[in-house]
Amino acid sequence: MFARHDSLQAGYDVVIIGAGGHGLAAAYYLARDHGIRNVAVLDKGYLGGGNTGRNTTIIRSNYLTPEGVKFYDESVRLWQDLGEDFDLNLFYSTRGHYTLAHTDSAMRTMRWRAEVNKHYGVRSEAVDAAFVKRGIPSIDMTCGGHAPILGALFHEPGAIARHDAVAWGYGRGADRRGVEIHQQTEVTGIRLQGGRVVGVDTTRGPIATSKVLCAVAGFTPRILDMVDLHTPIYVHPLQAMVSEPVKPWLDPIIVSGSLHVYVSQTARGELVMGASLDPYELHATRPTLDFVEGLASHMLDMFPFLSEVKVNRQWAGLADMTPDFAPIMGVTPVEGFYLDAGWGTWGFKATPVCGKTMSHTVATGRNHPLIEGFGFDRFARYQLTGEKGAASVGH
Amino acid sequence: MKIMVCPLNGPRPVAEFAYGGEVRRSPDPNTCSDAEWSSYVFNRSGSPGAKYEWWCHIASGFWFVALRDTTRDVVIATFPAEAVRRGLPTPGATVGPAPAISGGAA
Ligand SMILES: Cc1cc2nc3c(=O)[nH]c(=O)nc-3n(C[C@H](O)[C@H](O)[C@H](O)COP(=O)(O)OP(=O)(O)OC[C@H]3O[C@@H](n4cnc5c(N)ncnc54)[C@H](O)[C@@H]3O)c2cc1C
Repeated sequence: MFARHDSLQAGYDVVIIGAGGHGLAAAYYLARDHGIRNVAVLDKGYLGGGNTGRNTTIIRSNYLTPEGVKFYDESVRLWQDLGEDFDLNLFYSTRGHYTLAHTDSAMRTMRWRAEVNKHYGVRSEAVDAAFVKRGIPSIDMTCGGHAPILGALFHEPGAIARHDAVAWGYGRGADRRGVEIHQQTEVTGIRLQGGRVVGVDTTRGPIATSKVLCAVAGFTPRILDMVDLHTPIYVHPLQAMVSEPVKPWLDPIIVSGSLHVYVSQTARGELVMGASLDPYELHATRPTLDFVEGLASHMLDMFPFLSEVKVNRQWAGLADMTPDFAPIMGVTPVEGFYLDAGWGTWGFKATPVCGKTMSHTVATGRNHPLIEGFGFDRFARYQLTGEKGAASVGH
Repeated sequence: MKIMVCPLNGPRPVAEFAYGGEVRRSPDPNTCSDAEWSSYVFNRSGSPGAKYEWWCHIASGFWFVALRDTTRDVVIATFPAEAVRRGLPTPGATVGPAPAISGGAA
């Protein structure tokens, strides 16, 4: 699917660290839209082996802040014809997305999100319990008696897609346009001269370049140490699990913030399930039994008939979290060093728009207008982009 | 099940504890610059390593400090909160069973 390059060149116009969806998408649009093809994408592991290949693939744009809603809406728009663009089936499947509300305060947040969404032309509605029951007939509306469902935010464009295919599509598209993808190539240092980037060191030797894009999700703090930049990013594991395949019964995507559950059913019939972030900092991806027990019990609150269904696999990724649940993107105080990070538990859906906006930013040296609310300097200005109400468990 | 040694309650399952973030010193808000203050408020040491952290044994409401390797999730030592009043404790003396609560700073 990709050309194999036996050796690195001495230099490239742009070096992208991380062959996840974000890095590959940026490479693809740099080559396709900006004519910058002398690009290397480096990954210490394998293509798509980071959070891109570990996520639960929920795509939606029903965020809370105007900055977030506009940004994610553009991403949902880009997703629509991506499969055709790649000539690859991404299994993009629009299902409708319910964020359940079990309390009055949650209902209030749903109304708030619905209004912000509608203002920006995004299809979201605050709906009542009867609407939820019609959309998800098999759900126990009392959730075992202790968390009755009062209503929901219903977001019609909510979708899922095949994560690996997204990485492959962007990777192949970039590769065909001349971008070099080097797997098993770890960046170990970044060379600066007079405060600007002049190259990177890798496990396969040094590379000269004046532009580096860092798109490494849970590894971001380690790369930032190399250029002495400080950010609020902290890393906790995020786990997920998948059931054995069962016959199709769940069409929409269901999220419950109160029960810390989200679930969808894939085209193969598996239930893909996730919960909230692991409770403390850790830079390892070993999953825990605590997670399966907690998530399974909350799944049974909603869907008691699943009690005989088996869990087939569980895994974890390293989530790069920010205090306002918005990403950190764009130019940085180090000239030539561009950042696409702080994607935590919510960055898969943004893969296309991140590629678009970061390629523009790298090509022009100026932040794309859509990412202005996500700037590196917003913390020093105390101007956070508070997205927590829409991002914490919801993905 | 992962076990953590609480300085007050001895070895307990990690599920009984809540994580409270890294132990950090606040700059003097009256004399520091805006940049120093925002950095203190928001920035974190995100890279893995051996870090001093606040932990709370939930059942007893007891706060203490743990030195934990965040790469491997191994607790190297735990200390009563008094141990950090004047600076970070050194683990050497207290690895293994935690010091008695009245034992004070290491
Ligand atoms: C369990 C889980 C569920 C999730 N669910 C959702 C969801 O439903 N919806 C959603 O929108 N988002 C979700 N996310 C978040 C989403 O997966 C990520 O935000 C997104 O995939 C990040 O993509 P990326 O390309 O930036 O990073 P990654 O895919 O993590 O790629 C980073 C790459 O960088 C490489 N790398 C790291 N350090 C170096 C180095 N020094 N040198 C070279 N290469 C390096 C890594 O090997 C890796 O391949 C979830 C995440 C997890 C873990």
